[in-house]
Amino acid sequence: MKHTLSVMVEDKPGALARISTMFARRGFNIDSLAVGPTERPGVSCISLRVDCEQHSLEQIEKQIHKLVNVLRVTELAPGDAVERELLLLKVSATPDRRAELIATATAFGGRVVDLGPDAVVFEVTGTPEELDSFHELCRPHGIQELIRTGRIGMSRSSTKLSAKRLSAIN
Amino acid sequence: MSRMRGADAILRSLEAEGVDVMFGIPGGAIMPAYDAMARGTTVRHVLARHEQGAGHMAEGYARASGRVGVAIATSGPGATNLVTPIADAWMDSTPLVCITGQVRSFLIGTDAFQECDITGVTMPIVKHSWLVQEAKDIPHVLKEAFHVATTGRCGPVLVDVPRDVQEAELDFHYPDRVDLPGWRPPAKVHPLQIREAARMLAHAEKPVLYVGGGTLNGDACGELRELAEVGRLPVITTLMGKSAFPETHELHFGWPGMHGPKWSNLAMNTCDVLVAVGARFDDRVTGKLSAFAPGATVIHLDIDAAEISKLREADVPVVGPLKQALAELAREVAKHRHEGAPAPDAWLHKIAEWREEFPLRYGARRDFMKPQWVIQQLQSLTAGDDVIVTTGVGQHQMWAMQYVVSERPRSFITSGGLGTMGYGIPAAIGAKAARPEATVVCVDGDGCFQMTAQELVTAVLEDLPIVVVLINNGYLGMVQQWQDMFFDGRRSHVHLTHQVPDYARLAEAYGALGITVDSDEELAPALEEALASGRTAVVDCRVDQSEQCFPMIPAGAAALEMVEYEEPEEERARQ
Repeated sequence: MKHTLSVMVEDKPGALARISTMFARRGFNIDSLAVGPTERPGVSCISLRVDCEQHSLEQIEKQIHKLVNVLRVTELAPGDAVERELLLLKVSATPDRRAELIATATAFGGRVVDLGPDAVVFEVTGTPEELDSFHELCRPHGIQELIRTGRIGMSRSSTKLSAKRLSAIN
Repeated sequence: MSRMRGADAILRSLEAEGVDVMFGIPGGAIMPAYDAMARGTTVRHVLARHEQGAGHMAEGYARASGRVGVAIATSGPGATNLVTPIADAWMDSTPLVCITGQVRSFLIGTDAFQECDITGVTMPIVKHSWLVQEAKDIPHVLKEAFHVATTGRCGPVLVDVPRDVQEAELDFHYPDRVDLPGWRPPAKVHPLQIREAARMLAHAEKPVLYVGGGTLNGDACGELRELAEVGRLPVITTLMGKSAFPETHELHFGWPGMHGPKWSNLAMNTCDVLVAVGARFDDRVTGKLSAFAPGATVIHLDIDAAEISKLREADVPVVGPLKQALAELAREVAKHRHEGAPAPDAWLHKIAEWREEFPLRYGARRDFMKPQWVIQQLQSLTAGDDVIVTTGVGQHQMWAMQYVVSERPRSFITSGGLGTMGYGIPAAIGAKAARPEATVVCVDGDGCFQMTAQELVTAVLEDLPIVVVLINNGYLGMVQQWQDMFFDGRRSHVHLTHQVPDYARLAEAYGALGITVDSDEELAPALEEALASGRTAVVDCRVDQSEQCFPMIPAGAAALEMVEYEEPEEERARQ
């Protein structure tokens, strides 16, 4: 089962390394990871996508929580959170195929960020599932390069207070 | 506030923390700090002969005293030599502050002479680490280091200080509080959980208190005793928990796990309520986890939430300081007893019966002394005294667990989690520095002895006398035992010999007293001489080469599938 964790950390040297080392050492796999600043100066958010059982998830959360630079760990429950990801995709596109590809990207809310004689680079933002679909539709055209940021997410404004804090064991 | 160099600020910070002794070795990148020592400090420095020794000394100091152990070393190899003690302290939750020199800031990342990314190397085995960027950060970083090492679950931290940071100036002010918004160890226990645990425990027919090292770290031995006595609950202490409960007490019932006696493992595995107190269901305790204590409801008391349900699902988790948790649990259990919940007297009687039925046993002496007998002699000569016993790792360690009777908290110091051979001698020196009034004995193996024997010099020259009782069987005994039991007796590179080195002469070369014991009659006089000498001494006890440590739960087997000592046929025939 896949889970998205949102980890608020102090923006200190080694904070990310400590988290990724902990995952490696305890044998947990990270599917995707994105790091960036937040509304609070000096605080970064690490968004982690992990594939594990519920029992492992609790272990992961508790182990992360013990790290000195970690301020908060939250699991983003699928129904209660918005999740987005950015994709850049370079696809082969001879002039006669361009219009079709651009129409597809437009349908996904994407746009052209570079146009060459035989390839187009698209930028698409959406849920990871939407990006998967877009990727599939482009595949027959010949994908030259693809890169995704890894998902980021936050709890919906309506459920902000009920965002699940896993750490409260006691 | 006064103007000073970073190196001086390190010492002023240690003084402000009340550190009375540190263990280390100087080298290039830490020279400014050592120069500051030469200019004066109240902190005693014990000069080790290897940084690993310094680290284990700091561990021994911490375990004997309950205070933080401090080790100091230079960059590169000095720092990497501390990695084993740091890993050891991590596994056994020993509070340790390691201070390492680092190459000058502008050289970091250039593969400079004696450069090593020690904060990177140690990341998986420290609670936290700091690479100090500016001299002004030294006081608050050290304040945080001591705070993190000792709060929540104890453990090691590392502070890496580049040489130029030690040389730069700052206005020194030691903070009285830390600013660590992400570090919030549990400060109190939940009363509902305590009540639930007490109800379950007080009504159990076959309860067991499974007591680990967290009880010692949490300074909760008195509260543990209170709980055991008010509830009349049997106490089984792990290797790390040994000495948390007086082993002469009628409610103490041995040690669990791989080399624990059968009666202890029977009690652990057939109990109906198992209370884990600062213990972590280590594989050496549980054997095959799925078969461990199958009928038990588990109450788990720990300061570290991550230990709860890590390996064994806890039915009643209690997270928080053990001192408080045990005190409140004792109070609640007492209420239940008062209201008529009966003490488990039949169960206590049953375990006592098992103890009679399945005692620890070993064979009769033949060509050599039996190692178990040597430890029994040591025990009878020191019983009742203020003695701290340290050990290395292996057969002798397990025999020490079985035959040393620990009466006072922090009187048995061993490497449990990491299983670090060579731990015993330096840990003994550290313990002696912490408790100079105590007699400190290292029960060591010949394999372990050779890994850190150079620290005998430290014991002699720093006037920290220890007595090493060498269980010399001429083999890497535990590996030999495994080869004999599980590898069809193919002995592969385990023979060390009884005679080379000549341990007594080696001890003499180090300035210590050395005595070789070959026969039964020589043992007691030799031990008495060593203990009375007031000097560092090595008593080389040449013991049976083929003695195996029993009982034994084979790795991966269920606890109750233990292999017991069997009398050889010729012995049986003789009777």
